[in-house]
Amino acid sequence: MSLNKEQFLQAYRTMRTIRDFEYRVSDEFGKGNIPGFLHLYAGQEAIATGMCMNLDDDDYIVSTHRGHGHCIAKGGDVGGMMKEIMAKQGGSCAGKGGSMHIAAVEKGMLGANAIVGGGPPLIVGAALSAKTLGTDRVGVSFTGDGGSNQGTTFEAMNLAVVLKLPAIFMFENNGYGEGTAAGYAVGSKDIASRAAGFGMPALKVDGADIFATYETCKKAVKHCRSGKGPIAIEASITRFRGHFEGDAQAYRGKNEVKRLMKELDCLKIAADNAIKKKLVTKAALTKIDKEIGVYINEAAEAALAAPSPDVSELLTDVYSSAY
Amino acid sequence: MPIKTYRQAINEAMAQEMRLNDKVIIIGEDVAGGAGCDGERDAYGGVMGVTKGLFPEFGESRVIDTPITESAIMGAAAGAAQTGLRPVAELMFMDFLGVCFDQIYNQAAKFRYMFGGKVECPMVVRTMAGAGLRGGAQHSQNLTQMVTMVPGLKVVCPTNAYDAKGLLITAIRDNDCVIFVEDKFLYETSCEVPDEVYTIPFGEASFLREGSDVTIVGISNTVNKAVAVADRLAEEGISCDVIDPRTTSPLDEEAIIESVETTGRLVVVDEMTPRCGVAADISSIVAEKAFGALRAPIRKVTAAHSPIPFAPALEDAWMPQESDIEAAVREVLGYTR
Ligand SMILES: Cc1ncc(C[n+]2csc(CCOP(=O)(O)OP(=O)(O)O)c2C)c(N)n1
Ligand SMILES: [Mg+2]
Repeated sequence: MSLNKEQFLQAYRTMRTIRDFEYRVSDEFGKGNIPGFLHLYAGQEAIATGMCMNLDDDDYIVSTHRGHGHCIAKGGDVGGMMKEIMAKQGGSCAGKGGSMHIAAVEKGMLGANAIVGGGPPLIVGAALSAKTLGTDRVGVSFTGDGGSNQGTTFEAMNLAVVLKLPAIFMFENNGYGEGTAAGYAVGSKDIASRAAGFGMPALKVDGADIFATYETCKKAVKHCRSGKGPIAIEASITRFRGHFEGDAQAYRGKNEVKRLMKELDCLKIAADNAIKKKLVTKAALTKIDKEIGVYINEAAEAALAAPSPDVSELLTDVYSSAY
Repeated sequence: MPIKTYRQAINEAMAQEMRLNDKVIIIGEDVAGGAGCDGERDAYGGVMGVTKGLFPEFGESRVIDTPITESAIMGAAAGAAQTGLRPVAELMFMDFLGVCFDQIYNQAAKFRYMFGGKVECPMVVRTMAGAGLRGGAQHSQNLTQMVTMVPGLKVVCPTNAYDAKGLLITAIRDNDCVIFVEDKFLYETSCEVPDEVYTIPFGEASFLREGSDVTIVGISNTVNKAVAVADRLAEEGISCDVIDPRTTSPLDEEAIIESVETTGRLVVVDEMTPRCGVAADISSIVAEKAFGALRAPIRKVTAAHSPIPFAPALEDAWMPQESDIEAAVREVLGYTR
C-alpha cells in the first residue's frame, strides 16, 4: 500500500475538510448567505488531495472555476476562504474575487479561474520560472474535461513540451462540461491519449481512489522534478453536485447521481480500504470527522459574523504603484 | 398585444427566422445541452434558457452544441457565414471575448474590406453582458466599447423585449457581422411584443422620454435606470430627454445632437469602465459637433476604473446607479459659468 498510516490520515483529513467545506457553503448558499455563482468540488476530493500531498508549499498550482478543493488541498486558509466566498472582510482575496477566484498565493495556489482554459498557459509560465530560476519547483494545472478542449490548453501543452518544462497537466474528467457529456465533446477516445500527440507521456487513474491517485501523482511529480519535461494525467471521477449550485441536472440519467455517489465516494472508498487493510481504525476516522466538523463550523460562523468589505477599497490594488 | 419577456422575444426572433430561412443556424456551448448524456436533450437551452425549444424544433443539424472552444465557434461561424450559412453564434458571457476576439475582429469584421468587397459575413454573435449578479471580474463585464471600435462590426444593445425581437431579426438578416449584446438583468423584464415578424433598423435611436432641460443617453440597462430617474425628476418639474441609441454601431448621432441642441445639457451613461468607453465616445461626438449648443460641461456616468469586484458592497459602488445619474443631471442643471 502506497500511503502509510500517517499519510493516509493526512489525506483523509484533507478530503473530509473539502467535503465538509463544500456542503457547508452549499447550505449557506441555500440560505442566501453567499452571493454569485458556486461550483462545488464534492466528489472530486481525492484528486486535489492526491496531487497536492506530493507537492511542497513552494510548488505551484492553478485551478478552475471549481477551485475550493484545490485551494484547501494546497494548504489555503479555510477561514479566509470561507470569508472570501461570503464576500466578507478578512477574505483571502479581500472580498474582490469570490468563489470563482479563490486563491492562496502564499501557498503556491495561484488562483481559481473563471475562464475555462485560462489556467494551463499560466502554469507553463510558473514552470518556466522554476526552470529559469533553477529551483526544483513544479507547476500543476487542474483542468476539466471541458477545459481540455480549449485551444489555450493545446497551446500550453505544446509549449511545455517545446521548452521541456516541469509542468503537470492534470485533467479531471468528471464526465461533463456544464450540461454536455465529455463523451460528446472530447473527440479523441480519451483525454490522456492526446498527450502523445504533443510529445508528452500521460497516466490514467481512477480519481475516486486516493491510494491510486496519490501514487500516480507521485510518479508525475518525480518525472517533472527530474527534468524530463511535462506530463499529463487523466483522472476519472464524477461530480456529486450540479455544474453550479441550483443546476437542475436534467441532462443526467435517472438515479445517475445517486448511484455514482454510492459507487464513487472517495471518502467512503478510502475509509473502507484503510480499515480493511488495518491501516487505521474506524474510531480514528470518526474522530477526524468530528474535529473537521467543528473546524468548518467555526470557519463558517466566523465568516457569517464578519463585516462586508469597506467601500473605500473599491479602487485599491488595481495597480501595484500609485496611480 | 401579447406581453413577452426579453428572453421570449429573443427566442421567438430566432425561431421565426429559422422557420423562414433554413440557412440560419445556432451554434454554441449548451445552446441545447445534454449532448452525449443519458438524461434530457435541450436540458439547458443556453445557460439562461434563451435558446430553449429550438433544438426540439430544428434538430441537431441547426442547433449545434459545441465543446468549450470559443475561438473555433467564432471562426466556424465566420467561415460558414462566408460560405452560405447565416450562423447565430452564442458567446455565453461577453467576458469570453478575450478567448476568441481574433476570429471576430481580425477575421469576421475584416473579410469584406480586405477582399475588396467580394465577401459577406452574415453572422450574429449573441452574447450576455452586465454586472450586478455578483459574478466577479470575469463574468460581469459589458465590453460593448471593444466591439464598437472595430470597423466592420455592427453592435446592438437592446434594452427591452420589443426592441430585442425586432433588432435580432434585423441582425440575422444583415449581411455583416453583428454583435448582439443582451443585458443579463433584462431577461425577466417584459412588454408588449407582436407575434408577427418585424424588424427595427440599425442606427435609429428611440426616445424613451421627451424633455427640454437635459439630454440623457444610456446604453444597455443603464437607459432603463435613466428613465426611472427622469420620471422622478419630472415630479420636480425637471424635464429630461432620454435617448436609447439601441445600436452603438451604427450610432444615431443625429438624434443625440438634435436633442442636445434643444436642451444644451448632456449626461451620458454606460456600464463600462470610464476610459475609451461608449459614453466617452458619445461625449466626444457631441463636443465636436454640438459645442455651440452646450450650456454646461458634458457629464459621463460610468463604472469605476477597476476590474469588477465580487463583494456586493463593492460591486454596487463600482456600477453606475440611479443616484449617480440623478446627481449628474442636477450638476449639469446647476452649472453656471
Ligand atoms: C472561456 C469560457 N467558456 C465557457 C465558460 C462557461 N463555463 C464555465 S464552467 C464550464 C464547464 C467546464 O467544464 P469542465 O472543464 O469539464 O469543468 P467542470 O465544470 O466539470 O469542473 C463552462 C462551459 C467559461 N467560464 N469560460
Ligand atoms: Mg467536467
